[in-house]
Amino acid sequence: MIIAQQKQIKEIAAMVSDCKKVALIGCAGCVTVCLSGGEKETEIMAAALRIMRKLEGNPVETITFTATRQCDPEYVEALDGVVKDADAIISLACGVGVQYLAERFDKWVVPALDTNFIGGSKVHGVWEEKCGMCGDCVLHKTGGICPIIRCSKSILNGPCGGSQYGKCEISKDVDCAWQLIYDRMKSLGKLDKLMAIQPPKDWTKSRDGGPRRAVREDVMIG
Amino acid sequence: MSYLSKLQRILDSGQFAVTAEIGPPKHASAHGVRHHAEMLVNHVDATNITDCQTAIVRMSSIAAGVHILDCGIEPIVQMTCRDRNRIAMQSDLLGAYSLGMRNVLCLSGDHQKFGNHPSSKNVYDVDSMQLIQLLARMRDEKKFFSGEEFKDHEPKFYIGAVANPFADPFEFRVDRLEKKVEAGAQFIQTQCIFDMERFERFMEMVRERGIDQRTHILAGITPLKGWRAAKYLQTGVSGMLVPDSLVERLKGAQDPKREGIEVAIEQINYIREKVKGVHGVHVMAIAWEEVVPEIVERTGLFPRPKFED
Repeated sequence: MIIAQQKQIKEIAAMVSDCKKVALIGCAGCVTVCLSGGEKETEIMAAALRIMRKLEGNPVETITFTATRQCDPEYVEALDGVVKDADAIISLACGVGVQYLAERFDKWVVPALDTNFIGGSKVHGVWEEKCGMCGDCVLHKTGGICPIIRCSKSILNGPCGGSQYGKCEISKDVDCAWQLIYDRMKSLGKLDKLMAIQPPKDWTKSRDGGPRRAVREDVMIG
Repeated sequence: MSYLSKLQRILDSGQFAVTAEIGPPKHASAHGVRHHAEMLVNHVDATNITDCQTAIVRMSSIAAGVHILDCGIEPIVQMTCRDRNRIAMQSDLLGAYSLGMRNVLCLSGDHQKFGNHPSSKNVYDVDSMQLIQLLARMRDEKKFFSGEEFKDHEPKFYIGAVANPFADPFEFRVDRLEKKVEAGAQFIQTQCIFDMERFERFMEMVRERGIDQRTHILAGITPLKGWRAAKYLQTGVSGMLVPDSLVERLKGAQDPKREGIEVAIEQINYIREKVKGVHGVHVMAIAWEEVVPEIVERTGLFPRPKFED
């Protein structure tokens, strides 16, 4: 899922300081799961904003709603009535949701979250990045551990000389992905596969090829 | 027999090579680089020119290489994969060759987190292994990294790489070295050796697989100015192994700098006498270039070979 975290309330408040009526739109997708932009977080943020503005002597009215998903036109269109009277919209979705709302509504739309990465939860309250979205998966070559995003240098023929005691040179809190790959391949009896020199990556399938688009003609309607 | 560089000529003819390292300055004057080059000119076969080491912005390794060449030393241009994509790398390498550079050392590069621009973006379009392979193909098959052919004047570099016997996983270090040699690395410089026992184990594995017959390994030697430097490398730099005994020896020394030089000399003598498969030393006297001549002279590595042509 997409992992996102809330910006500081002061920062968010500053984006709508001149607005009198603000719609806060949560998302029931990934950001609900990672506890940053679901129904509960949307209500809390709205209350915090109202309190802040009241204390400043500049009260604000808030409208709250949590969309099923903000990354789908179907659910975004359903917000027409909700945001109708608002001067501004605060989106508590990932960057995708913010853009879908900005596309749909001729209003000031601002992000409440910083979209961090795609990953999963490790324990309750801790999420880890797992996929670099390079568009050309190499996990079958690396024992199911992604060197593109989990190696600080995205090295395909690692580990570099900064790997020590299982940790990356950048921090003792970061595992060396290539140590993990080595251990995994060893336990699977496939170390010989690491002797193949992996060629340079074709980054056109990643962001370097320009904005990407996926098309499935077989499921298109009309 | 024609050689790609003087360094290759020395190594391929079976002579024990001596290389050193010059770190370009954090400013735009070549004064210091030239001063160090003049200091080393008679005592080394070539010097590495580091490429923004520890991710600190410094004069370009290629530009500094021009000054060093002008002072009569053959440069080994270091090129990291951190700062340039394959377009910029090739462009710089074409320029480097046109300016007389003949040796390139391919490295991953320290993460930018350590330098003076920690908020910058890193590149790693290709990794060091791929860079070695692509440079070899450029020379041998006259092809750009993309596969497009050179019409003329392809650069013919003598290709080097690094190996770190002190990083983990230890067992894979020899495998990775072998991969680099397969990719086309003709000479290898190792990370600074302080843990001789580990280095000997590494070289034993290297010899078992005959890797020392397929490339030239230069042992990395760093004289230390005192126990604090040793302690810093021991605890503050990932991929370094510094035994406590060395820290203690420097701590107990009356003249720590002198002791640091003595240690370096002992290490070189030991390697030459006892560690088979090593074809040279790479003396990295970090911000202490002036001690290199003494180390070279006192290990019997002076004078260096001279070629009339």
